[in-house]
Amino acid sequence: MTQVLDNPVRLSTPTTAERTARRRAFLEWIAVHSLGVAAALFFTLPFVFVVLTSLMSGQQALTRDLVPDSWEWGNYRQVFDTPGFLTWWKNTLVYAGLGTVLTVVSSVPVAYALAKFRFRGRNLSLMLVISMMMLPPQVVIIPMYLFWAKQLDLSGSLWPVIIPMAFGDAFSIFLLRQFLMTIPNEYLDAAKVDGCGELRTLLRVVLPMAKPGIAAVALFQFFYAWNDYFGPQIYASENPGAWTLSYGLESFKGAHHTDWNLTMAATVLVMAPVILVFFFAQKAFVEGVTLTGVKG
Amino acid sequence: MSTQSLRVSTRTLRSKRRMSALRTVAFLSPWLIGFGVFFAYPLVSTVYFSFMKYDGFGVPEFRGLGNWAYVFNDYPLFWPALRNTLWLVLVMVTCRVLFGLGVGLLITKIKTGTGVFRTLFYLPYLAPPVAATLAFVFLLNPGTGPVNSILGDLGLPTPGWFTDPTWSKPALTALALWGVGDLMVIFMAALLDVPKEQYEAAELDGTSAWQRFRFVTLPNISPIVMFAVVTGVIQTMQYYTQPLVAGKVASGIIGGSGQQFEPGYPDKSTLTLPQLVYNLGFQRFDYGSACVVALVLFALAMAFTALLMRRRGGLIQAGD
Repeated sequence: MTQVLDNPVRLSTPTTAERTARRRAFLEWIAVHSLGVAAALFFTLPFVFVVLTSLMSGQQALTRDLVPDSWEWGNYRQVFDTPGFLTWWKNTLVYAGLGTVLTVVSSVPVAYALAKFRFRGRNLSLMLVISMMMLPPQVVIIPMYLFWAKQLDLSGSLWPVIIPMAFGDAFSIFLLRQFLMTIPNEYLDAAKVDGCGELRTLLRVVLPMAKPGIAAVALFQFFYAWNDYFGPQIYASENPGAWTLSYGLESFKGAHHTDWNLTMAATVLVMAPVILVFFFAQKAFVEGVTLTGVKG
Repeated sequence: MSTQSLRVSTRTLRSKRRMSALRTVAFLSPWLIGFGVFFAYPLVSTVYFSFMKYDGFGVPEFRGLGNWAYVFNDYPLFWPALRNTLWLVLVMVTCRVLFGLGVGLLITKIKTGTGVFRTLFYLPYLAPPVAATLAFVFLLNPGTGPVNSILGDLGLPTPGWFTDPTWSKPALTALALWGVGDLMVIFMAALLDVPKEQYEAAELDGTSAWQRFRFVTLPNISPIVMFAVVTGVIQTMQYYTQPLVAGKVASGIIGGSGQQFEPGYPDKSTLTLPQLVYNLGFQRFDYGSACVVALVLFALAMAFTALLMRRRGGLIQAGD
């Protein structure tokens, strides 16, 4: 009898504990996800307001309204019809596209040497790469401007920002080096036993394995060029035919300074390609951010 | 016989070594050229110009410490820019690191729809700076902007944001917090790396959630927190596009090709050191003084970079 009486008591204690545990987990789930939704609103509402304003009439964009009365899709057409806007697109694509290719081609061998060769001065070289990466571009801009504008007469074009990318970009070298460090040396040794020289090893063995790293570097460099404001400001400002979207966008605001709807439409058009590219290459990108943050 | 073969082998060894040195130089050559032309030469040249009077025409004229004295004593924008930089280091960097850590923690706790949340949190980081700044100047415009409309409806104060010197840097901080995605990803990776057993052991000891954070999480991720702080400070030294565009757009006077505007609008509150290089060099054509500011900037950036690379406990390790 005592046994029978004991049993239900024993059984019920774990169920209440279990129930409170389950209730606590549920409450925590609610709390965490409410916070998540609040954060999501903080991160997305600016985009939403910008898009909504870009679809308002010019009159309504100057009011406190948040939602358009009539949806003016024509605003976007008007932005495209602005003189220069298509040229800025073209220039941005040239700068970002060419710059990305040049950066990858010139940075891969350097990163490979820093990651896998043993030579005196390797640590010093790596420190210099990191120093270059951390250097604000304004530090050397006076001599660089004099060099490009006075000696080579290239101001008024984007060449002064594109050409340097053919000589290795410090951030890309660093990121690629971090990535190449993760490739085990056994693969390289095996290739060498098979009679591959360093160049062949790099091209045949390392490159295929380094694809994610290269993708990340290419993306970062593409976005860097797309976003760059200072370079075009210094070298291209005198010639609107050489402006990029990031630089032109600000002057667009200047020319349409009461047309918030058009300015916001132009803003959307500058943001959209970056976000589209991100959705196609999300994995490579996030991997790249993590690589630069975690020590090598 | 034996000495000869020894000699032969040292010779092949030496030529082998020479070959490998040549190979190393060949692989490094793009960067070696880039380092010389785009780093070492202009840096030396910047030092040279900091002692010269030069406006881009004619011949540079020796001015001794004149440029240095001018920048530190008479240039009205230098000290406000340095003070702003200090403010940004203390407030903006701190807020960004804490917020990044908070969002990183949050994303590791979210169990439903993690991918969607992560993408939404990360996206603003990608917004091109000029576009993001324009968007924020619009969102925070004091009269009709959505933020002040909502604050007004709730009966809260409606600050002047980018048009008010006391609110312009907090507005820039809000913009920086919006783009916290890079830190979120780094913290997320670090948090997921903390060994699970340590949490389980702590839980068995009956610790509270805060104690687990304080004594398990924090010690494990402290190198990443340090990394975030130091790189944040270095980024602050480079902080240029957002404050410049915000000031220009908010002041309503915008020039594409070198038209003048009040630097650091409103009331010098958005000036940063890189902007001074532009102001002195490309608006006043005082290349010498611009180089003085450039060198101050260089010294600050390199000091923090050295902190990042410090051998013992360095955050970026050079070795294999």
